[in-house]
Amino acid sequence: MAKTESTFINMLLTLVIITGVSATILGFVYEATKGPIEVSKMKKKNAAIEAVVPAFTNNPGQESYDVEVEGGKVTFYPAKNGDEIVGYAAETYTMKGFAGLIKLMVGFLPDGTINNIAVLEHKETPGLGDKMEKSKSNFSVQFNGKNPETFKLSVTKDGGNVDAITASTISSRAYCDAVKRAYDALMKGGKK
Amino acid sequence: MNQLQNFTKGFIKENPVFVLILGMCPTLGVTTSALNGLGMGLATAFVLIMSNIVVAAVKGFIPDKVRIPSFIVIIASFVTIVELTMQAYLPDLFAQLGLFIPLIVVNCLVLGRAEAFASKNNILSSAIDGAGMGLGFAFALTLLGGVREILGSGAIFGNKFIEGDGMLVFVLAPGAFLALGYLIVIIKKLRKTA
Repeated sequence: MAKTESTFINMLLTLVIITGVSATILGFVYEATKGPIEVSKMKKKNAAIEAVVPAFTNNPGQESYDVEVEGGKVTFYPAKNGDEIVGYAAETYTMKGFAGLIKLMVGFLPDGTINNIAVLEHKETPGLGDKMEKSKSNFSVQFNGKNPETFKLSVTKDGGNVDAITASTISSRAYCDAVKRAYDALMKGGKK
Repeated sequence: MNQLQNFTKGFIKENPVFVLILGMCPTLGVTTSALNGLGMGLATAFVLIMSNIVVAAVKGFIPDKVRIPSFIVIIASFVTIVELTMQAYLPDLFAQLGLFIPLIVVNCLVLGRAEAFASKNNILSSAIDGAGMGLGFAFALTLLGGVREILGSGAIFGNKFIEGDGMLVFVLAPGAFLALGYLIVIIKKLRKTA
């Protein structure tokens, strides 16, 4: 097979055909994977909600609403058992992490007490800051059952009530910041 | 060179990571654990095999002057397919590898094999070369990830067998360079004596 000459029209045609075929194939793949991607994202979110609030019977993912605080927004997922609200899951974040963004799902009981917290997303240092994950250390457990009204949400070094992760004060501060944002949002109109 | 040699050369003799020193960005970036290394390696291997096959198949139609853009479009398409599929069916692995999956496009290993091998050989040899190189890359990444995981967190494939924290430096960025450097030395030594 002779090699195609590098004339303008040949080059143009080749590139048009290659990009056209690629785009078509990718279109199909995108369509085929769109559904499963949505489902797996939803599943992850629902699993996080389930982990932080008491048992519920509704679908919190469909009843979410946003509350604006300090230039950012916190998304709330109300958990209901029948018609009675049993808790709120708040998707909160902070940019103050050692590696930037940290996203948490904070579960509150109706009176504002923290029920449980799950980490959704973070890029903290493995072995240090990633101890905020429940599977890696007991850091996040100390928040459970505490009401931020009496439990000061900052590390002991800053005069708060939170025991920081050893050698990860920045990550611990960021974690507190995210939880505090969720609590502020809850107090500001997160309850419905 | 027969097909068997063509396949096995990717593991030790021309291992992309330890000998050719190609594709360093994902090598250093994602090998914090053996599982991440394996996932990344297999994703790259898939892209490498598929792009080698396609490049070998269409090489006759592609004018020389536009071969690099054509190869890159082909590679990018396969990378996007891997990315979407992984996001849909392996969301946990995708969350770990994240940014490095789209970066397979610019992995010089993939374009390097397309340019240096697939554009000069037939489809079968190119597929075998892609498989050998890809699996060699996966093997290297798993090995490096394993070493870093054992030293850094006292675990292998997520199973902790030493209590405590391990030598943290190996999980961090400098540890990648240290571990890789020593592995290259060991492989060099092995190749000399073999």
